[in-house]
Amino acid sequence: MLSRAADSIYWMHRYIERAENVARFIDVNLQLMLDLPAGITEQWAPLVDITGDQLLFQERYGTTTRENVVAFLTCDTGNPNFIYACLRAARENARSVREVISSEMWEQANTFYLMVRDAAAQGRVTAEPHAFFTEVKMASHQFVGITDVTMSHNEGWHFGRLGCLLERADKTSRILDVKYYLLLPHVHDVGTPVDDIQWSAVLKSASAFEMYRKRFGLLRPDRVADFLLLDRDFPRAMHYCLVHAEESLHAISGSPPGTFRNAAEQRLGRLRSELDYAQVEEIIADGLHEFLDAFQAKLNNVGTAIFETFIALRPVMDGPARVREVR
Amino acid sequence: MQFTTYDTEGFFDEMFQADGPPRAGSALLVQRIQALAEGELLHRQRAAEQALLHMGITFNVYGDEAGTERIFPFDIIPRIVEAADWASIEPGLKQRIQALNLFLADVYQEQHILKDGIIPAAVVQSARCLLRPCVGLHPPRGVWCHITGTDLVRDRDGQIYVLEDNLRCPSGVSYVLENRQVLKRTFPQVFEASRVRPVDDYPSRLLEMLQYLAPDSVTAPTVVVLTPGIYNSAYFEHAFLAQQMGVELVEGRDLVVTDGFVFMRTTRGLQRVDVIYRRIDDDFLDPLTFRPDSLLGVPGLFAVYKAGRVALANAPGTGVADDKVIYAYVPKIIRYYLGEDSILPNVPTYVCWDDTERQHVLANLDRLVVKVANESGGYGMLIGPHASAAERAVFAERIQANPRNYIAQPTLALSRAPVIVEDHFEGRHVDLRPYILYGREIYVLPGGLTRVALRQGSLVVNSSQGGGSKDTWVLTEESSVC
Repeated sequence: MLSRAADSIYWMHRYIERAENVARFIDVNLQLMLDLPAGITEQWAPLVDITGDQLLFQERYGTTTRENVVAFLTCDTGNPNFIYACLRAARENARSVREVISSEMWEQANTFYLMVRDAAAQGRVTAEPHAFFTEVKMASHQFVGITDVTMSHNEGWHFGRLGCLLERADKTSRILDVKYYLLLPHVHDVGTPVDDIQWSAVLKSASAFEMYRKRFGLLRPDRVADFLLLDRDFPRAMHYCLVHAEESLHAISGSPPGTFRNAAEQRLGRLRSELDYAQVEEIIADGLHEFLDAFQAKLNNVGTAIFETFIALRPVMDGPARVREVR
Repeated sequence: MQFTTYDTEGFFDEMFQADGPPRAGSALLVQRIQALAEGELLHRQRAAEQALLHMGITFNVYGDEAGTERIFPFDIIPRIVEAADWASIEPGLKQRIQALNLFLADVYQEQHILKDGIIPAAVVQSARCLLRPCVGLHPPRGVWCHITGTDLVRDRDGQIYVLEDNLRCPSGVSYVLENRQVLKRTFPQVFEASRVRPVDDYPSRLLEMLQYLAPDSVTAPTVVVLTPGIYNSAYFEHAFLAQQMGVELVEGRDLVVTDGFVFMRTTRGLQRVDVIYRRIDDDFLDPLTFRPDSLLGVPGLFAVYKAGRVALANAPGTGVADDKVIYAYVPKIIRYYLGEDSILPNVPTYVCWDDTERQHVLANLDRLVVKVANESGGYGMLIGPHASAAERAVFAERIQANPRNYIAQPTLALSRAPVIVEDHFEGRHVDLRPYILYGREIYVLPGGLTRVALRQGSLVVNSSQGGGSKDTWVLTEESSVC
């Protein structure tokens, strides 16, 4: 397929996944604040930290109040990673590959965009935040589902899934990072109701609460980390994301599993196998934050390698020696 | 909603006869509309608009930052073309396209028509769209204009005229296909009973025609649609056609010329391209041959085309037959090449280049429509009867300064069709753009884009100027009985 089309499909999925994750962060935080005992101040700064846009936020708002953070992350035109901007970018990408994706996918991307645009314009985001963020999550799920059942699972589809899973792995790692970093220092809180609420919020923002309960039962910080990092079956766990992203990458290139023919496969394969044999105790002992930081950097390198391997327009050489047709 | 208060105001109405009753082909539709519960029609109109918005069937408006995308306004009352009218439109268009194609081949090769004095050589030589690099060119299968969208209008007396031949990159066919999808949902029963000729096979016919153009040595040709990109006003259509044909939609930057062939850049390397349905104007196709500042085109493309290693549709250079001064000569062109009278007449046209005709135009500016020879989209027009004295004076000056660049035509009382305005019907002027494909043979899509001048009294139907559209139902012979 066209390199440009592959790039657009990849980013279309990444942006939709990003919008969904931002909605998850905010929604869970809103819920969480309802459960806080009186006297404890609302915590909104971590949300900005998750997105990694602290500097931009400081510049535009200063204080991390609920209103400021929600505005910054949903409909602030000065923030390129807010929900509305993600949808606009996703839709632009969808538009440029309309003939590659199914009509239903395009319609969903378009409808999703129109919904967010109208909600922002009508002030529904602040009036009914929970309803709005639920709609965003559902619209994203619908997009993933529609993609799954209306588009051939061909090269383009695999590029889309690759984008979606890499984005999700990154966002799950950020949720875990910020919460762990903020929550764990209060050792005296362990086992208190506040602590329990905080940890269940971490899981809920990844829709992982129920599935965690089934596997581990009681909430324990190290097990929460274990579940979100290393679970092989939970679709928002980082390990799961990498295993399936790698599947798609190999489906695209045709390289047999366990081998690599380009930098993207080499980097992703190595990162996935790190998680294959990792143990959460070791990770925590060595520093979870450091581990997650390195993970995000390595994931970025995978993205760069994908771009260089499949997308970057290679210089065209003159002369008859060139391969004429590669189908 | 009832038609009882609907007034044709002395115009030819596409749906009603002058004395009130509906025309034969429209009777069933009118009856059905009037039988709908109060408010139902408006409800269906809104549902149709919503469907178009969500399908993203929009066009881009240049120079409009906030609302860069709009749905093409759509009126759900279909425009019906009776079988008897179509019986002259279809052969008329075939005849016209055949003659224009022969004209193009002649102009770029032997120029018999100029040597025989049928058209003054100076008129052709001065046409802005005459492309010197195309002189001596033999396009694949000898066809120049593969895709045409001819504009037809009807005057007060019911006579159908050809208003314009659009031989470059005519757009709008995607709206024909999408409008039909929406209308089938809006009026399913009437649609079924009316025996409307189908338009849905257009993409298949387009693909077949494009594949036919591929170089002989290629057995499974790769066809692509070349678009200027997502900011082009017709981008939706480019994507739609590529999708419906199942071919790649490419931009100039996706293509590269090497080793004497055109390739596209794919995730697996370069893949050869055999046929390009290009929706980029001639000037921008290849910076090495045409405009050197073009970023939309593909350097070296024209040389590959000339060598017969890639086909382009339409061929570069067709714009010369689209020149409004050349248009005035089309009846003569038809007679010259085919030895026939035109089946579809031209609108009487005064060529300002001719001294006598110019004097007539200048003396009658208040009654004429003046058009620039090379503009399209309804730009650069003067509608004499609606213009102020000052506006007419400006045009008089322009005409005298550059007579070759202007033509004038009598102001036609364009036919009208009812549209929904708030809670009732009003007549609005319409035209009709059928689409013609020329490959192995000439095919006329039975239907077309009916454009509506939505502003009350306006004669300008272009989408860039407040125009909208209607679905167009061409009826089969038997259906006009019921």
